[in-house]
Amino acid sequence: MVKAGAVLQVLPSRAAPRQRRFPWGSIGYWVASLLFIFVSVFPLLYALSSSLKQGRGLFSPALWPEAPTFANYSGVFAEQPFAQNLLNSLLVAGSVVTLSLGLSLMAAWAFARVEFRGRGLLLMLILSASMLPQVAVLSGMFELVRAFGLYDTLGALVIADLVLTLPFTVWVLVTFMRQLPKELEEAAAMDGVGVLTLVFRVYMPLLWPALVATGLLAFIAAWNEFLFALTFTLSTEARTVPVAIALISTPSGFELPWGKIMAASVIVTLPLVALVVVFQRRIVSGLSAGAVKG
Amino acid sequence: MSRIELRGISKRFGDTPVLNDIDLSIAAGEFCVFVGPSGCGKSTLLRLLAGLEDPCAGEIEIDGVLVNDLPPAQRNVAMVFQSYALYPHMSVFQNMAFGLQHRKLPAGEIERRIADAVRILQLDGLLQRRPKELSGGQRQRVAIARAIVRQPKVFLFDEPLSNLDAALRVQTRLEIARLHRALGSASMVYVTHDQVEAMTLADRIVLLQPLAGRNDAASVAQAGAPLALYHHPANRFVAAFIGSPAMNFVDATVQSLGDGRVLADAHGMLCAAQLSPQGLAVGEPVTLGIRPEHVLLGEGAQRARVSHVEHLGEVSHVYLELPGVSTPLLAKSACDDIAIYDVLAFDLPAQAMHLFRADGVAQARGDAAERSVAAVNG
Repeated sequence: MVKAGAVLQVLPSRAAPRQRRFPWGSIGYWVASLLFIFVSVFPLLYALSSSLKQGRGLFSPALWPEAPTFANYSGVFAEQPFAQNLLNSLLVAGSVVTLSLGLSLMAAWAFARVEFRGRGLLLMLILSASMLPQVAVLSGMFELVRAFGLYDTLGALVIADLVLTLPFTVWVLVTFMRQLPKELEEAAAMDGVGVLTLVFRVYMPLLWPALVATGLLAFIAAWNEFLFALTFTLSTEARTVPVAIALISTPSGFELPWGKIMAASVIVTLPLVALVVVFQRRIVSGLSAGAVKG
Repeated sequence: MSRIELRGISKRFGDTPVLNDIDLSIAAGEFCVFVGPSGCGKSTLLRLLAGLEDPCAGEIEIDGVLVNDLPPAQRNVAMVFQSYALYPHMSVFQNMAFGLQHRKLPAGEIERRIADAVRILQLDGLLQRRPKELSGGQRQRVAIARAIVRQPKVFLFDEPLSNLDAALRVQTRLEIARLHRALGSASMVYVTHDQVEAMTLADRIVLLQPLAGRNDAASVAQAGAPLALYHHPANRFVAAFIGSPAMNFVDATVQSLGDGRVLADAHGMLCAAQLSPQGLAVGEPVTLGIRPEHVLLGEGAQRARVSHVEHLGEVSHVYLELPGVSTPLLAKSACDDIAIYDVLAFDLPAQAMHLFRADGVAQARGDAAERSVAAVNG
């Protein structure tokens, strides 16, 4: 645009009408952006606002509550083992992230660097595993979980969630691994390191941005996972947060405690927000600069 | 006793032969340069030595040990990669220490070796930096230092200077030569496509030729001291590759044979060549060769018109039009007052001539050839 402007200055007769043209483009951009922000932020704002209301205040549409109160927040923890549920979610999501990153790093090295028969087919199979809807695998998975004796334990959820996250993390890491210079691996071979050292001490630090991004997505997937968690756990103490929230009820059972549900939803959102804020720089930074001649 | 022994080495990628039938021995402390045009397999040969590729046939012996089945780290070799291949997430110190720690060397020993390498390669003050904070030349020195600390019997260099700019390339070339002298008994194998690097660094040059899909050809075109390749090329390929600008070639037929002398007819121009007539027959088609620096201008019976001149300052490249020959004859001259379309007298001294038979094999030249060439130039 700068260049065009410079040319147009030489031809003022053409420049004048051009500059007065109505800026449809930037107006459209702003409208679309505002719409997008509104749609994505409004539910969160509404949840936040409702969580601070109580009693009849809940039925007022005002975004700012008349008498803000934190009673819902303390109520969530007092009336059910919500702290336990949070810890469960944290354990499940944490183990899923650790396991799926560790496993997929090793798998990615094999897929990206080792030539073996059926490599392409295996990669396609892994991808196709993620095509199956959760409902389709639910009953089979249930039998599996029962057979392992993991029913109503967090282990069942870890295994089930791995099925959701692994195809995705493997694929992303294979793509990133392929981009790393092969000379690094050869240099490591000259240094005499084994495969595990190579993967975890040479490649892992270089794939850090990719690991953070995929790890974050795996964490969110496991944190939000509802269907498996609902099916494979029975007792209140073994539930994860999404299930716990869905099953929050009043003692009478005839009323939905919207305030507490909203308070719990806000609490559940916070760790995710914190994670994204903490890691966003890591996601952007490219560590591999300088590996090979820049 | 030789440090590296290659016997009958062949390598193919799929159906494409890359290296064929290589027998080579490299002495302890020798600086051996693999040189050749791209696609000749010189890097592949180096990677065979390193253990990053496996040969399809043949044996590799390093320091008296058959290493065919040994992984790279156990071959007593260290490699400097073209792209440096430093670990980007480690500091310079960690880059050097990584392999040593892996070999469970005591910390004191590691520190001592790194201190030595830092002194030799002047890396003071850079130890805590990451590779991306270093210049290209510094990265190259770190890569060499990483090889030194392993104290290998053999250093392998894979086109280490090709990523550096011209000035730095000359400087690093000198540094590598100095390093070779300082390290004494370590052999160095160095791959390059640059013949200046080959000529200046090598004790011995191994010139490889591309196989171009042929299975019968041998990969090694010639192996020998740099000046041996320059003065006594074994075949036309070697003659054309070594020397810059490249040797002139003219098709000719043998006119008469004498004692240590061959007379050939090149499109009506009679040229005498002082070399062994053995095996030649009158009337046989041959190729005459002469290096641009050996063509004498301003004397002799021949006349030719200048079709183009390049003045480089220290020397001028003069292109002479020969009747019946499409490629001009290139001569190097110290005169810088030669202009295009001048008609010049020139002479092709018999003692500077090369002669190649139809299959490209060079006719043997006397040992006197290089001395008399020196006399001509003097």
